[in-house]
Amino acid sequence: MCGTELDATTLPPPATSRRGFLFKLGLALNGIAAALVGIPVIGYLMGPVRRHAEQAWISLGPLQSFPEGQTRLATYENPFRVAWDGATANIPCWVRRISGERFQIFAINCAHLGCPVRWFSQSRLFMCPCHGGVYYEDGSRASGPPPRGLFEYAYQVREGQLWVRGGQVPTLSEPA
Amino acid sequence: MRIGWFRSIGRWFEDRTGLGAIVAVPMAHRVPRSTASWAYVFGSATLILFVLQIATGICLALVYVPSPDQAFESLQYLNYQAALGWYLRAVHFWGSNAMVLVMTLHMIQVFLWGAHKYPRELTWVAGVLLFLCTLGMAFTGQILRWDQDAYWGLGIGASIISRTPYAGSALVHALLGGPIIAGRTLSRFFTLHVFVVPGILIGLVGLHLWLVLRLGINEWPMPGRLVDRETYRKRYEAEVEKDGVPFFPDAARKDMVGMGVVVLAVLVFAAIFGPNGPHGVPNPTIIDTAPKPDFYFLALYALFALVPPWIEEAILLVGPPVAILLLLALPFFVGTGEKSWKRRPVAVLGVLLIVLTVVTLASLGLVVPWSPIMDAWTGLSTPARYVKGRTPLELQGALVLQNKQCRNCHALGGEGGQRGPALDGVATRLTQDQLIRQVLQGGGNMPAYGRNLTPAEVTAVVAFMQTLRPARQPAARTAAEPATPGR
Repeated sequence: MCGTELDATTLPPPATSRRGFLFKLGLALNGIAAALVGIPVIGYLMGPVRRHAEQAWISLGPLQSFPEGQTRLATYENPFRVAWDGATANIPCWVRRISGERFQIFAINCAHLGCPVRWFSQSRLFMCPCHGGVYYEDGSRASGPPPRGLFEYAYQVREGQLWVRGGQVPTLSEPA
Repeated sequence: MRIGWFRSIGRWFEDRTGLGAIVAVPMAHRVPRSTASWAYVFGSATLILFVLQIATGICLALVYVPSPDQAFESLQYLNYQAALGWYLRAVHFWGSNAMVLVMTLHMIQVFLWGAHKYPRELTWVAGVLLFLCTLGMAFTGQILRWDQDAYWGLGIGASIISRTPYAGSALVHALLGGPIIAGRTLSRFFTLHVFVVPGILIGLVGLHLWLVLRLGINEWPMPGRLVDRETYRKRYEAEVEKDGVPFFPDAARKDMVGMGVVVLAVLVFAAIFGPNGPHGVPNPTIIDTAPKPDFYFLALYALFALVPPWIEEAILLVGPPVAILLLLALPFFVGTGEKSWKRRPVAVLGVLLIVLTVVTLASLGLVVPWSPIMDAWTGLSTPARYVKGRTPLELQGALVLQNKQCRNCHALGGEGGQRGPALDGVATRLTQDQLIRQVLQGGGNMPAYGRNLTPAEVTAVVAFMQTLRPARQPAARTAAEPATPGR
């Protein structure tokens, strides 16, 4: 059960001999090979880890579909979708049309831990089902654990359409 | 004659491979007689559950499609069409529950029996890493169930690690395989669950077992027999020499029974309760959902709701690494001395405290008293006794209370949310002025309704709430008002 003692012959021979050269050559070749395998592997793994995500403008549809003074659920398609995304390519958000071309577009994700908040038009509040975060209609925090108000997407009004800048899940480190 | 054939084939294999002799050594090695105990069966039970998970997991991987557009459908196919697919999913699910549970029991047992002390520090460290990897398997496995809970569970995970200073967004991208939960997310969790973590687990199991063989199974601790670095190993060897038994079959008998019992229990649970989910289509635009983790993470989930916001960041980010470091460092701080739990009150109380905390938090996580009940305002009725004989204004107020979702957070007649206080008897606690102020300005976890209610609605709802007090209990009053008998 005890380990066998290291045999003297398994130790590297003196450096000057031909054997010593071969041993070093072997070490060097394998070191180079390991680096040449490792660099692309690490680069491949780090591929998705970019500090700032790209974002893109996506249309949410004509202005008429958002009545003034109301908050409505809208959906946009992830601009960086891949063929096998399925339903996860569709991202919901809350669109509040304050008046005219003044909007607020809130991320669906609660600022606390990202659960989907729901809008209650009667009490004009957003409520989160996970840990009880509540927000006012302008997205500001009303109560519960969230450390801030709802995340807001940038928006534009262009050619009679409402555009949202999306493509990443908003979190405290990257608030949309 | 048949037996003779088998025997000679066996001898041939042994002659060429020599494996039998290698296996015989650990099987026959001598262990203290005191370890042939029912308290010592949890380790081998965990191991057999791991083997069960590997076997069922390989079967499930034959059908499961780790792609967000088809994972859900492939699980449905397993549940309803593939022959016995539902049963293998059920065994895998109940096996994972059992593995976490039995492994926790094993950890508690070895800690209380002092097995983490000299010279078995590394055995404990490997065990802690095994525990963490198993929780990692539980989390990644829950994601592979690719339903609404999985989708939003990822959102919760991303939100937690995004709070890391500086590296937050990079970590989110590493977790999700990009800036958003999408195509690359599921396949990376599949890779972790099927290749990476199991590989680490198998390596750690090997190390753990090797250390158990090399350092010996922890003897049954006797109160007063202290562990001393100078003398312990000699004493252990002497004890094994004097009163040892071969591991197989003397000590292994109870292990074998324990293994059989846990596996059979998993099979029975799987047959009776079936597989878990998938629960809702993982379509993020379906937002009528209340995501909840599997039971192993319910305690954490509850903790997030209950810790005060100002300390939350610290608990989320510093808590887990500190807890893990403490567990890993434990044998290096308390590696000698008393082994028996009968003389280690702090250890026993510590275990009790942790178990009680986790169980309490997890049971709160099942009830979620902090969450508004989203459909309470449409689904619940107003108790008849609260509307009987009320004035039109008060009845109007009862409607306002219902329509403005007050019931989502406030119970009435025992039904409704528990986020805020129940409103039965609210008139005995708050005066009219205080009720108006609370409704308009909120406070103490209640949103301000000043902008969302008309003055007429406020008048009505306060009038209704003023009727909410038990008969013969006086309404609340301020010190400035004299009490009026009979009112």
